[in-house]
Order: sequence, then structure tokens, then C-alpha cells
Amino acid sequence: MSYRNPPTTPRKSATFDDYTLSEIRRAAATGIYDIRGGGAKRPLPHFDDLLFLGASMSRYPLEGYREKCATNVVLGTRHAKTPIELKIPITIAGMSFGSLSANAKEALGRGATLSGTSTTTGDGGMTNEERHHSQLLVYQYLPSRYGMNPDDLRRADAIEVVVGQGAKPGGGGMLLGQKISDRVAEMRTLPKGIDQRSACRHPDWTGPDDLEIKILELREITDWDKPIYVKIGSSRPYYDVALAVKAGADVVVVDGMQGGTAATQEVFIEHVGIPTLGCIRPAVKALQDLGMHRKVQLIVSGGIRSGADVAKALALGVDAVSIGSAALVAIGDNDPQYESEYQQLGSTAGAYDDWHEGRDPAGITTQDPELAKRLDPARAGRRLANYLKVMTLEAQTIARACGHNHVHNLEPEDLCALTIEAAAMAQVPLAGTAWIPGKDGL
Amino acid sequence: MPTIDLATSSLRELNRTLHACKDGSSETAFEVLNPRGQHAVAVGIDAPLSIDVHGSVGYYCGGMNKRAHITVRGSAGPGVAENMMSGTVSVRGDASQYAGATGRGGLLVIDGNAASRCGISMKGINIVVRGNIGHMSAFMAQSGNLVVLGDAGEALGDSIYEARLFVRGGVASLGADCIEKDMRPEHHETLARLLVEAGVTGVATREFRRYGSARRLYTFNIDNADAY
Repeated sequence: MSYRNPPTTPRKSATFDDYTLSEIRRAAATGIYDIRGGGAKRPLPHFDDLLFLGASMSRYPLEGYREKCATNVVLGTRHAKTPIELKIPITIAGMSFGSLSANAKEALGRGATLSGTSTTTGDGGMTNEERHHSQLLVYQYLPSRYGMNPDDLRRADAIEVVVGQGAKPGGGGMLLGQKISDRVAEMRTLPKGIDQRSACRHPDWTGPDDLEIKILELREITDWDKPIYVKIGSSRPYYDVALAVKAGADVVVVDGMQGGTAATQEVFIEHVGIPTLGCIRPAVKALQDLGMHRKVQLIVSGGIRSGADVAKALALGVDAVSIGSAALVAIGDNDPQYESEYQQLGSTAGAYDDWHEGRDPAGITTQDPELAKRLDPARAGRRLANYLKVMTLEAQTIARACGHNHVHNLEPEDLCALTIEAAAMAQVPLAGTAWIPGKDGL
Repeated sequence: MPTIDLATSSLRELNRTLHACKDGSSETAFEVLNPRGQHAVAVGIDAPLSIDVHGSVGYYCGGMNKRAHITVRGSAGPGVAENMMSGTVSVRGDASQYAGATGRGGLLVIDGNAASRCGISMKGINIVVRGNIGHMSAFMAQSGNLVVLGDAGEALGDSIYEARLFVRGGVASLGADCIEKDMRPEHHETLARLLVEAGVTGVATREFRRYGSARRLYTFNIDNADAY
């Protein structure tokens, strides 16, 4: 066999990878940006980059099956006459009826109630179903004010003023015409079938000084009874949390860029905001600098998947976490049982994110009555409760291993980091070293 | 008539007293003295009360009102009657920005001028302004009627949905997707009714022009990208 010039292996560009090429072709064919649901999909520094150290010579562990490790959390102790107490430090994030089917909202309420935690409305008002099935319901106060009314404010257990969300800090809601059914249109006072684009700013206040007055108004309307949360997207967590506290928040919710949305531009999801891991320490420091840590409770969301993630967030100083995407998966989103249908939609189980189209085979992100019927809310609620139970048990397992009788006693000193980036963001030492990047000028 | 003097009583006492009034309460009329620009005066009421506020108020007076009739004998700060559900709020002086924001029902009457963003995101409320309104009024207005006896500022009705705007004077400019529309008989009828309800006399409905949505932006179309 004669020697000829050997061919090199075809090499694709790391810069122009297959996804990037497909997006260029899609943009060239359509002339419009890509819209999708979910949160950031790019690799990011995350809780996987942290490890717990566990007990050893200097720490005393608790017996896993014999010694108690508490998980309750009380939210709204600063000003509210009636704070809410959750049995577990995991809440269900705001997701609207409209983006989700009524059955999906009911399932979230059922699962949360079985677990002793709260669920949250979304950019579409409060439905009777979710109020009925949610023992603890947080009512979102959004720029759109769709369905907003004082009766629902009073029958809520807490109020969440939404300034932004992690998937799109600075962006408003989006619900395309396919999902504006008669009921959704009526609740939002909009014509049926239009592409609904919510405002990105509140219509009657601008900035933290105004927000303080808005919060006063909400407290007066509800006779100072309800905890008032302020939810912000991840952008400048130190200053935003400090300003939320100044404005009078009982609870601050910080949503990292892995936090999902029902629909927005892909470029927004992937390129605006900062990772959840990068939010926590600045947020906690803001509270500490104001002497408000543990007085104003901090909830963090965005990419929480397991009890390990919960425990790591708590160790960094948060009071509770909130889950959205993971809760949807628990009730059936992207389930492989619908693989053939996902493929018909040009996707695959685990990657389906065209939630705005309303054709979700799992019957969750849709208003199509036939698809929505696929989700049994009682069974889905039980699945969510099971999942929340597992997350809680996992967090307790870790807390006991670190010697704590309450998950809130976890602390940064229980952690180390696997990467320099995670060490810098979480302000914990790189594993096996005492080096915390950025600390003491190092 | 019970009188609550905010020089000596707190805002909390005022609102608690008003919230305690239910259908059938013996007290249905209140006077509020010395508001001195306080915020959140008479908010969240859900009863057919008559409330006279003697002086100017700060933000959100009459916010989320249901069924009460509130008169402000002075001027109102931002967001007067925000998210009102029903009832009436009458301002004898001027109103600051966001007047009637997101209101879902009821009638807001402003005897003087209203600043920018009057009727922003309105969802069914009726607003009558005897004077002028500022820029970006009726932004994203979804439903209801905005009647202006004077002039409207720039970008009136930007991104408007199904609200109807009636302006007697000039309009500095129209916002995206807002156009002038014909005054059909049913619009004259609606306008006439609103003028009567607001106590406006000596003004003919033919003096007004109607503005509303062209509905070109209801469905996203890349060819309209320059309008966004």
C-alpha cells in the first residue's frame, strides 16, 4: 500500500460549533430571534463546583436516623403580622396560569401543600384552583398587573413584588398567541390570540424610593398582615438586595440566570444576568452589612436540583430556596415517555423548550385542553411531594454529616470549592487550600 | 360625620377605620383633614362610603378602591386611584403621573391637569380629565375609556390594546400602533354618558376625536420591528 498524503480528521470550530451554525441558519431563514422557555443552558459555575467537608476531628456529626435535624423556616418576620412558616426550606417559584395549564398549577399547589411549603402565582393572576389547592400561596405583584385585585391580595398568604427574574433581568413577560385561550384572555383583559408582551417596568413606581411607598400601600391595603417579598433578577445582587431592604421588604428573592421563564429571547436568557452561585454571597453580605441577615429572609432560586444544592445554598447564608424548572420535571416535563412526540416537534426529551408554542406533549406548558388532560394533577402533585421529600432528606443528610441540628446551621466553613471560579464566587477556599480568591487582596 | 384628622391620627388608624366599615355600617361618610401629602390615603376600601379628603395627598390615594366615593379637595400625587375596581375618585386639583394606572373599573375624575402616563395599563377604568394630560398617557392601555377635555402630550396611546381615548384638544403625537378612529354613534353615546357621570356640562361630544389601536402589533411581525 503506497503512502499518500494522510487526511486530517475533519475539525469543527469551537467558536462556530454545531449549535451556533444552526442558529445562524435559523436566523437567516426566518429573520427573527429565537424564543424559548427555560433558563440558561450554557455551562456555568454552579453548586456542583462546591463540596461539603463533613465532620472530622474538629466537627462532631449527628446520627443520621436518631438525632433530629430541623428544616422549618419562618418568612416575613420583619413587618408582617402573620409571617408564614414552611416545613421545608424549599418553595415553588412563580409560574403563571397561562404559561402553565390549570392542571399543572393545581399539581404544583397539591405537591407544595403535601410538603408543607408554599407555591406562587405568576404573570396571569390567581386562579381559584391554585388558591384552593395551595395551603400557602404567594401572590405575585408584577408590572403587567394582570388580574390584580384587592380580594386576591387579601386571600394570599404573602405578596411578592416582582422587579425581575433571573432568566431575563430587565425583561417583561411574554405569552404568545397560541396560549391566549378564552380564560387566559379574560383573566388578563386582553384580546384572545394576540402575542402578549408584558411591560418590563412597573407602571406606577420607578426606583427604590417609589417602591418603599408602593410597599406601604400594599401593607395598608392588607392591614399589615401579609409578608411582602421583593423578587429581583440576578444582576447587581449586593445593591439590589440592600435597596429592597431599604424599600421595606420582609423577604428578598434573588433569581439567578439558570432560573427559567415561560418564554423569552434566547439571547436574553443566555447573555443577561449572572449565575446563581455568584448572587448569594453579595446578597448575604448586603443583609449582613445592614444588620438584617436572618431578619429579612433571603430566598435564592435558579438551577436548584437536589438536596445538595439546597444545603449548599443554605450554607452560603440563604434562608430558603425556590424551584421552578425542577418542579416541572418532577410533575412530568420533558419526560422520555413522550420522546416520539418531542421528535415530531423537532426536539428530544430533556431538550424541549418551545413552551411558548403551547404544544407540550406532557400537558404542562399548554392551554390545549386535550394536551392538558394528560396531566393528572393529583398524581403529579404526589410526584412533586416525593421529590421535595427526597431533596429535604438529602439536605438533612448533609447537615447531620456536618454536625448541624438544623439545616440553617450550615455555614460557609462547611464548604470548599473545586474550581477557582467557584471559590471566588462562593467565597470559600479552593479544596485542599486556604485560598479564597479575592479575599484579603489575594 | 366622623372626622379623622391626620395631624393627630396615623395613616394606619385612618385606613383601619375605613376597612372596618362593611355593608350596613352605620357610618358611611367620613372627612379626612390635614392629609399634608401623605401616601396611601384611603386605600383598599371595600364599602359604599363617601370620603372627603380636605387637602392634597401623596402617592396612591384611593388605591384599589372598591365602591367608595372619594373626593380629594386638593391635588393628588402619583398613582391616584391605581388599580381601582369600582366607585369613584374625584380630584379637585391636579394629578401627578400614573393617574388611574391599571384601573379595572370605576370612574376617576380630575378637574385639573394630569401629568405623564395618565391611564397607563388601564384595564377597564373610566378616566375624565378636564385639563391636559402628559406624555405617554394610556401606554399599553387594555380596556376602558380615557376622556381628555384639554390637550394630550406626546406618544398618546403607545402600544395600546382595546382602550378608547377621546381627546377634545390637540394631541402632540400618537404612540406606536395608536391611530385616530371614527366617532361612531356608540362612541358618542359612551362619551356623553361619561361626561354626565363626571359632571361636565356645556361640552358637545362632536368636539372630541377618538383614538385607539390599529392592532398592527398584536401579533409579532418582523416587518413591524421598527415600530417596537
